[in-house]
Amino acid sequence: MKRSREINSLISIGIVGLIILFGAPLSLDLFSVISLTTAISLAILALSLGLIWGFGGILCFGQTAFFGIGGYAYAIAALNFGGSTGAIIAAVLVAAAAAAILGYFMFYGRLSDVYLAVITLTVTLILYSVIRRTSGPEYKIGIAKLGGFNGINVPPINYPWDATQFLYPEHVFYVAMVALLLAYFLCVWLTKSHFGRVCVSIRENEVRTELLGYDIRFYKLCMFTVGGAIAGLGGIMFANSIGRITPDVFNLYNAALAIIWVIIGGRGTLIGPVFGALILFYLTSFLGRQAVVNINLFLGLVLIVFVLVVPKGIVPSLVELWDRRKSRRMTARSARRMRRRGRSRVKEVQVED
Amino acid sequence: MDLFAALALQIIYGIANLVLISIGLAVIFGMMRVINLAHGEFLMLGGYTVIVATNNGVNIWIAMFIFAPLIVGIIGLIVEWCLIRFLYGRMVDTLLATWGLSLFFIGLITTIFGAQTATTISPPFGAITIGDYSSSGYELFLIFIAILAVALVYLLFRYTKLGLVARGTMQGADMAASLGVSTQRVYSTTFGIGAALSGLAGGLLAPITGVLPTIGAIYIGKAFITVISGGTAILAGTASASILLGAVNGIVAFVVGPTMGEVALLLLAIVLLRLMPQGITGRFFKRSL
Amino acid sequence: MRTNVVLETRSLSMHFGGVVAVNRVDFSLRENELRCLIGPNGAGKSTFFKCLTAQLRPTSGEVVIRDFNVSGSESHQVARMGVGIKTQVPNLFDGLDVEENIWLSASQSASLKRSRVITSEVIERLQLGDVRKSQLGSLAHGQRQLVELGMVLAGEPWLVILDEPTAGMTQEEVIRTAEIIREINKSATMIVVEHDMQFIRMIARKVTVFHQGQILLEGDMDEVSADARVREVYLGHRKTS
Repeated sequence: MKRSREINSLISIGIVGLIILFGAPLSLDLFSVISLTTAISLAILALSLGLIWGFGGILCFGQTAFFGIGGYAYAIAALNFGGSTGAIIAAVLVAAAAAAILGYFMFYGRLSDVYLAVITLTVTLILYSVIRRTSGPEYKIGIAKLGGFNGINVPPINYPWDATQFLYPEHVFYVAMVALLLAYFLCVWLTKSHFGRVCVSIRENEVRTELLGYDIRFYKLCMFTVGGAIAGLGGIMFANSIGRITPDVFNLYNAALAIIWVIIGGRGTLIGPVFGALILFYLTSFLGRQAVVNINLFLGLVLIVFVLVVPKGIVPSLVELWDRRKSRRMTARSARRMRRRGRSRVKEVQVED
Repeated sequence: MDLFAALALQIIYGIANLVLISIGLAVIFGMMRVINLAHGEFLMLGGYTVIVATNNGVNIWIAMFIFAPLIVGIIGLIVEWCLIRFLYGRMVDTLLATWGLSLFFIGLITTIFGAQTATTISPPFGAITIGDYSSSGYELFLIFIAILAVALVYLLFRYTKLGLVARGTMQGADMAASLGVSTQRVYSTTFGIGAALSGLAGGLLAPITGVLPTIGAIYIGKAFITVISGGTAILAGTASASILLGAVNGIVAFVVGPTMGEVALLLLAIVLLRLMPQGITGRFFKRSL
Repeated sequence: MRTNVVLETRSLSMHFGGVVAVNRVDFSLRENELRCLIGPNGAGKSTFFKCLTAQLRPTSGEVVIRDFNVSGSESHQVARMGVGIKTQVPNLFDGLDVEENIWLSASQSASLKRSRVITSEVIERLQLGDVRKSQLGSLAHGQRQLVELGMVLAGEPWLVILDEPTAGMTQEEVIRTAEIIREINKSATMIVVEHDMQFIRMIARKVTVFHQGQILLEGDMDEVSADARVREVYLGHRKTS
């Protein structure tokens, strides 16, 4: 029963995804499509954090580092290669490599949760301050100037292996949405695989997993690297939807946002963080326009309230609520049936008498 | 020779700066094994306290040494009472909640004072010169204060009853509790003291850095790596990590440039933690304070 | 007589600060043996166990398993050599169900297809069929211990090291565990750390007595229980406590 529900929910997620993929560009104006593309790129970031945190137990407070590295690597590679096809591949690889190197030091040093969280956050913050200071003309990689706090103008994605044919923003939306869907189903597959289940067992109990003969350092490193690659993919899409990548992707506010998406969406699910990112993207841009309440103030309160009151996040809480209601209805029904049966038995007894 | 003296002074100031910005965090981490992600905002609040107080005619020394630690210390106590005490033993949740708190304070201060730099104050000392090089007298003063702060924390934990109880709780909270120590009270006091020290540091640094609602972000990276590289021994950890990281940062910054100094600091800390996952004091000076 | 020695410690010591938990222990185990380690609390049995399984790195000395020095290894490497390990405190995946727990153990070395077969065999053998889909967190203590034994079995080990397998079990469960252990011993060499003497009587052939971090005596059960020193440090100790 549990299994069939999982399959059902996967199918419905796939259908909703396809509806958005084909429906959104038809029904929305260009501006909305572009901002939806941005939201989707952030959702990919949220997904990557949801994967490593929810299924690998890796508390990474600086997942935006790999997102930003992906965006920057794409911009630099696209400028140097004069096309986007190789740049996308290169950027994903660079983000994954960054995660692998950092992960090696952290996991093979057996850093605990808290240390890991703080180190990853610090990496992001230092990237922020370093890249902000690269505004001079001497800071360039190949022909791409890093541009300090102004960032880099990102050349748009072109048709595969044809650098003269750029994609229009609507088409970038298709690419981003397909990327999200692919990344999502990749993550689902990964969590169902033997690898993913070992990662879950590490989250549950590190010592036991190790005593079964699994090298937990290696598993965590792989998980973290995959997470870094997916975050990097998100960064590429983000850079394309905005048309520019700046050091702000590494700042404290964005690092916090990524955590908040996963917290409110729900740890231990993959769709939760995606929802979290989409909801918060529209909510914060709405609040930003209203200028009634400061966004930091609002996000801070949201984070505190969720940690104290809804620690599981929205999606798991809703599922639980649904299950409880359903089981209550079922028990009510079976109780009624029992009562009926009990009554008829009483009659039989009377007849025997 | 003058160059060497000036460089040495610069490095010592760098170390003192690390001590100042991380000692409040270290006290809380050492005692409660909690990393307070709102630490940067405690520093920021210290800075705002000094600026608001001096703008309202309070003497700058009183603002720095009394108002800043007192007000931020009280805020710390309130935070502990409203939030942290619900989360003891849940390290990850504490991290998340204090991060929420950090955002909350940034938002609150932005709402009250605006997102731009508040009126700055000038350092109460002029420059001093070493041969051809000039150095800020205020930086020398901060070096002195950093040493004083370390001494103060040492005396507090070594020779007062509070310190004894606190050290007992550090060694084993359960044992201390069974001897009738209220760990709850120890923790809230610790949190207050940690916040007060952060407020003091924030106030002292305000004349140099100015204040912004988001200024906490520039401190916390350095403070975090200092404290976790140091490990859980409050003073030995902070001191050893500050000296090591501060020296490397200073030398690299001098040779290559300030940006690379920060990168070197981070890389050194990561390599250090690969070799000593429990921090420097997890390997050496285990029993020290 | 150094043939078929499969596990050996040479002058193994473990210090914690000033405390010497294990003091220059020379220990050897032959193939197919079922050895019990006994001793009063604080005798160093559990520290010894942790050194054998590489959860602790000994201060000095060596642990040699099948001619391979494991004292510098990680515990997953010891487990990979075909060593099944059960710790003192039940150490399980509380959020997963019984079947998954056992499957994770089986699939470490076996193929996915084969590990499904192993999993159902183990579940049948331990009579855990009724709870196969229950989350570990919801099970009673004795059942959790059984599941952990099942995880050891599922790895198809040739050497099994158990730390207090009967702690907190009911009498009935203890008897069943003794049966299971004897059965495991048909195909694997075993070390069982215990301090329940009755249980040891049920399974043991040869017993090693630990006292103050050293081996006090080695011999069969009757020899050991007749020894005056053992009575003093261990049995005597038990009576007073």
